Amino acid sequence: MTVSLKPNNSTPEKLQPTGWLKYLSFSLDHKVIGLQYLVCGFLFYLIGGSLAGAIRVELTSPLSDFMPREVYNQVLTLHGTIMIFLWIVPVVNGAFGNYLIPFYVGARDMAFPRLNAVAFWLIPPSGLMLITSYFINGAAQSGWTAYPPLSITTPAAGQIIWILSVLLLGGSSIFGGINFIATIIKLRRPGLKLMQLPMYCWAMLGTSILVVLSTPVLAGTLILLSFDIVAHTGFFNPSLGGNVIVYQHLFWFYSHPAVYIMVLPAFGLVSEILPIHSRKPLFGYTTMVFSIMGIVVLGLVVWAHHMFTSGTPPWMRLFFTIATAFIAVPTGIKFFNWVATLWGGKISLNSAMLFSCGFIINFVLGGITGVALAQVPFDIHVHDTYFVVAHFHYIVYGGSVFVIFSSIYHWFPKFTGKMLNENLGRFHFILTFIGFNLCFAPQHWLGLNGMPRRVAEYDPQFQLINQISSVGALLMALSTLPFLWNVFQSILYGHDAGDNPWNALTPEWLTSSPPPVENWDGEAPLVLEPYGYGNKNLNKTQEQNK
Amino acid sequence: MPKMSAILTLASSLILGVGGVWIAYNVDMLPVSASTNAPVYDELYRVLFIIGSILFIGMTALVIYSLIQFRRRPGETGDGIDLEGNISLEIFWTAVPAIVVLFVGLYSYDIYDRMGGMQPLMHDQSGHMGNQAERVWGGIGSGPIETSSSNNSSSLPIELTAMQFAFIFHYPKGDIISGELHVPVGKEVSLKMESKDVIHAFWVPQFRLKQDVIPGQPTILNFTPTKAGNFPIVCAELCGPYHGGMRSNVIVDEQEDFDTWIRENSKETI
Repeated sequence: MTVSLKPNNSTPEKLQPTGWLKYLSFSLDHKVIGLQYLVCGFLFYLIGGSLAGAIRVELTSPLSDFMPREVYNQVLTLHGTIMIFLWIVPVVNGAFGNYLIPFYVGARDMAFPRLNAVAFWLIPPSGLMLITSYFINGAAQSGWTAYPPLSITTPAAGQIIWILSVLLLGGSSIFGGINFIATIIKLRRPGLKLMQLPMYCWAMLGTSILVVLSTPVLAGTLILLSFDIVAHTGFFNPSLGGNVIVYQHLFWFYSHPAVYIMVLPAFGLVSEILPIHSRKPLFGYTTMVFSIMGIVVLGLVVWAHHMFTSGTPPWMRLFFTIATAFIAVPTGIKFFNWVATLWGGKISLNSAMLFSCGFIINFVLGGITGVALAQVPFDIHVHDTYFVVAHFHYIVYGGSVFVIFSSIYHWFPKFTGKMLNENLGRFHFILTFIGFNLCFAPQHWLGLNGMPRRVAEYDPQFQLINQISSVGALLMALSTLPFLWNVFQSILYGHDAGDNPWNALTPEWLTSSPPPVENWDGEAPLVLEPYGYGNKNLNKTQEQNK
Repeated sequence: MPKMSAILTLASSLILGVGGVWIAYNVDMLPVSASTNAPVYDELYRVLFIIGSILFIGMTALVIYSLIQFRRRPGETGDGIDLEGNISLEIFWTAVPAIVVLFVGLYSYDIYDRMGGMQPLMHDQSGHMGNQAERVWGGIGSGPIETSSSNNSSSLPIELTAMQFAFIFHYPKGDIISGELHVPVGKEVSLKMESKDVIHAFWVPQFRLKQDVIPGQPTILNFTPTKAGNFPIVCAELCGPYHGGMRSNVIVDEQEDFDTWIRENSKETI
């Protein structure tokens, strides 16, 4: 295949390949890059999900009888790493951020289109490298946290490939973060103030600040860890005078904010979806903006709550308890505002709305257990147990993944010009919601009663609950089938969506579906009230904007 | 009408509050409590469970009610009410969680203090190492380490060595080495823990205690068992392929039985 590229001297046509081939090219179009992120991320989700399935099969019996113990540890390490670094972070940020942000700020592309393409094209090779490490000499087996000395003492090849892969993915995140900040701050259409931007822009601005501040710390940490592995330095190796706790501080300085890097964009996406399908303005725009920034600030000063059992001094435990618990305040504001957005609306119970409301319910439970985990005495008992596994999955699956599905149902007509089948979508939601809760809700009990996480074998008294959990996981796996069928069926035979099937006011809907290369054939519309539903002059405003 | 809705709100809040308390006291998800720390921990757990149940059921009910009550009926067109915010409402739902969180934080601080977590550590990582050759950290439940390390203490000193994939206990008095932890009921135990290889974690769910066992970092963990019996010791930190199999037992004996065990296993002449 020969792909020729025109120089990007602000020519309207930025790429040569057309049709599906453009998605396999070094396209500079933000919409193509957004969909590249989305499809690539989904492929990795299927791989990470299969690994989760293998974990759940192993855990249907108390003995380690489905796979060798080393392989189990490799599988759980790959599962965590793939789901975080190759699925959720790239999709909630890269996919939807790239697709939507230029529309929302009234720009024709991202600030640095080439950097944008580089950021995406770092992902497939990093992911493939990570997965192939399994077949070379065994993948990394020290968990996605890679705590030394375990990560130093396990076979080096897989661990080094893991480090390299995460470094490249971190680089991709940083490139993306810089691009989003520059685009939101500098490429806004004249006349568009920050406080008139759709909420997803604010979420992406906050997320990008977190990415740019915290990811380099992870990169530096992993480089030091690789020195310890290959050059036998002693940064973290206690047998050479190193300190393992220092690694934990540095690692969590990134990896706690990483949770917000996964959920803040999801908050932003939900804030776009709820008003449209409730036909109501987003409630409390200003407090929503301040709550995002509150989460960003607090998110940077709570990392040590992952280390309450590591031997942290009392003052540190106290500070991090209070700081962590206080994140519940800005998060609570957002949840109350979303419910207030629903209140008094004219709600369409379509697939996008169901997944968003499912997200609210799941995330409330995840948030409540999060506040509990912030309390040192509580955490001391359940740290590193299935209670944490349950809490974490309620945040990242019940939160972020539910929002990803909601967003796909919502923006699919914009991506493709076709509608998804609503009945299949609702069936997908019901299977996912039941499967997810059946899988993870019982794990709270497992953790409280004494089952540690990351074990291939466990006390037989926990077998029944683990089997229930595995049935839930099976339902979640099955729920992917109607979704995939729906997507392929709709792309090929779906009903034409028209430009604006939801009758929405946000700018991406004020152009054709799918949009032209530089987003609008004429001048970009100036949307000053992206949530002006219920306004009597709605149609008039919309016309003016066009 | 506003009066009616105020009464309804008040009534549903009351039902929610009572329901939350009922759930927290009737859904017991914790194993038996067997140390002095456990009942204190369980008290916090119940308070968190009450608040959590109220919040979760309340929010879920609100979402489901909204979806049903405000759903778009067939043939219905148009938008919902044009309501962009309400300052007093927003202040209300900022202030209430802030107060709740502050209460929970202070309450758990009190619990933590009662569990022994806030006692000053003589050799913690904040630097008061003095001329000590060995830096020792204190886990939760640690008493003043200088006291517990010395022979004057009333606590029973035991040394724990964790390694892939076993816990080895050493009793300085009697020079006993054991793969199981034997302790007398009602007596404070001072466990000095160290790892030979990677990070492990010492966890007894029935004691509500967990502390990482860190290579190069001796750590003291104090606890007092309150119930005779046999409880699992679980490694809670991923430590390698056999991590799931790294389990042992703590056998809490009556004092006489414990003395007998010591006598039978002691290498020293009594």
